[in-house]
Amino acid sequence: MTEQPDAIAALAETKPSPGEKYYPPFKVTPELTKKAKAYIAMYPKGREQSAVLPLIHLVQEKHGYICPQSVLWIAEMCQSTPIHVQGIVSFYPGIRTSCPGKWHIRVCHTIACALSGGEELLSYVCEKIGIDPKAMTEEEPMAVSADGLWSIEAVECLAACGFGPNLMVNDALYSQMDQAKVDDLIEEYSKKA
Amino acid sequence: MSEITYKPGHEPHLRETRRIFRNIDRVGYDPSIACFIKDGGYETLKKAIKMEPAAIIDEVKKSGLRGRGGAGFPTGVKWTFIPKGNTKPVYLVCNCDESEPGTFKDRFIVHQDPHQLLEGMIIACYAVQAHYAIIYMREEFPEAAKIVQRALAEAEKNNFLGKNILGSGYDLNIILHRGAGAYICGEETGLINSIEGVRPYPRIKPPFFPAAIGLYGCPTIVNNVESLCQVRQVLMRGGEAYAADGATRSPGTRIIGVSGDVQRPGYYEIISGSITYGDLLYELCGGPKPGRSFKAIIPGGASAKVMRCDEVLKGRNPDGSVRKMTIFDVPMDLDSIAQHGSMSGSGGVIVMDDSRSMPEMLRNLNRFFAWESCGQCTPCREGNPWMLKLSTRICQGKASPEDVDLLKSVADNICGRTVCAFGEACAWPVQAFTTKFREEFLALTRPINAFKPHNPEAAEARKYLTRED
Repeated sequence: MTEQPDAIAALAETKPSPGEKYYPPFKVTPELTKKAKAYIAMYPKGREQSAVLPLIHLVQEKHGYICPQSVLWIAEMCQSTPIHVQGIVSFYPGIRTSCPGKWHIRVCHTIACALSGGEELLSYVCEKIGIDPKAMTEEEPMAVSADGLWSIEAVECLAACGFGPNLMVNDALYSQMDQAKVDDLIEEYSKKA
Repeated sequence: MSEITYKPGHEPHLRETRRIFRNIDRVGYDPSIACFIKDGGYETLKKAIKMEPAAIIDEVKKSGLRGRGGAGFPTGVKWTFIPKGNTKPVYLVCNCDESEPGTFKDRFIVHQDPHQLLEGMIIACYAVQAHYAIIYMREEFPEAAKIVQRALAEAEKNNFLGKNILGSGYDLNIILHRGAGAYICGEETGLINSIEGVRPYPRIKPPFFPAAIGLYGCPTIVNNVESLCQVRQVLMRGGEAYAADGATRSPGTRIIGVSGDVQRPGYYEIISGSITYGDLLYELCGGPKPGRSFKAIIPGGASAKVMRCDEVLKGRNPDGSVRKMTIFDVPMDLDSIAQHGSMSGSGGVIVMDDSRSMPEMLRNLNRFFAWESCGQCTPCREGNPWMLKLSTRICQGKASPEDVDLLKSVADNICGRTVCAFGEACAWPVQAFTTKFREEFLALTRPINAFKPHNPEAAEARKYLTRED
């Protein structure tokens, strides 16, 4: 890995998050490199840069977010530059630059879900998991609970508009939510922790 | 063909025709290849792979199939835009970045019947002679990504993908590429940039179609998930038979997703033009919620212009005379609604009843577009947050009547001044809402007396302006 962590660290400030204890810190392992090479091999020769997004997903799934070290690693794997990778990381709403909670909840509040009570759902979920909705700002859309177990984010359209209001917990979608269903859901996930 | 039973509560309405959604929410159906083959899957591919590629394109052109992603461009014609005498590789990209609010048809296809998409896609790839294809899946479908990945492996194992497909000598490799939650990646050139691993800014037109210059500078065909499934239907039925069903200019079935204030929201697959918006909302969706009446309809995803339910539209009788009608009399095909100033887009119908505040609805849409603007073009990047501010101020009751006109003028100045269609997509709702529901917006405003300070800072500043003598 090239020696330029200071510049990139200043560029990609990561906010410390209580969720970090639930995710292993980023470390380059032979296993990770092997997986990354498999992704890069999917694209035509000379187009390694296409694998930036798949590698970001690879890192984010395991480590929860994209830290400056992983940006350097991805840049090196894809024969790109750290600033280019950082440009992609900062573009997409789905890429996180600070660690989420163990259970990351995304509540849709776009028009169709809003019509079926998405905004109310959002504030109810916030109340249930003990997060102040005001902690979600434009700069930092994700808020993490103090124990690091939960994080919440209001998102735009999850493409299940007919069955709103919708929310996602990590990879799973839950449709037609109401307060009783949220109660059950939170209880179920608390037990899993 | 054996009788199909659907899960309780998911039975199709009598006026529906399930073709693409035939196996959605069907009892005993799973996304495995065994289940798909048992149901007659991949038979169309076996037939198509023996045809000449040009013959397939002809068949699709004959069918009159139009793209289902929103723009409604004829699929077969799009395929012929690959330059003649092209020596570069051709790529095909399946656009599964469904993120238009109100649209949720592709979700069910990729989650429950992925092989249907693969079969259509392989046929399309063969027709344009692409040997490398990409399914661009939105980030919010993590489970579908796993399902499609499994389906790709299964298809390869059965020699429907990979080298020498079914002994035809044709090779094809399909990969899955996941997005990361950006609406702009649904724009085809933004999507291509996303695959190339650069920021997904839409590219400058011309060329108007990536079929000329696309992914890695090579000819690229971008088709929607439903379009590719329809390609399979075209080949299964034959182009002419396909064209015989439904509206002349937009034949075949359409999947309509209804959301908002109706009794039974959800998906409905209908023959294009066979029913009207009234039939859809009152018959298929069971009408408004108890004690309510319909107020407004967004007929084709969030970016389509809103229609008032009490608006009087001019329709033409077959003899050429003009008759009065409402939105409920407009047939559900791709073009009819366009004559009345809106669009049918991707088939996402959002319904609002009389309990809804229209400025509040517009504020929600403004927030969506402000959040999703990619930031490449100044009018859109700066205009969207401005429109959001204005509509928020109107909703809070702090705006003056002039702000309503200002809101519309901001929209007018974004429209047509951007690289991609996002500029129109964000401006159309504002233009339509502020024009058609103007009185509702004005009711929330109050005239501002320029001489009266309207906030503490102004009051503070004013003391320097008043003479105390």
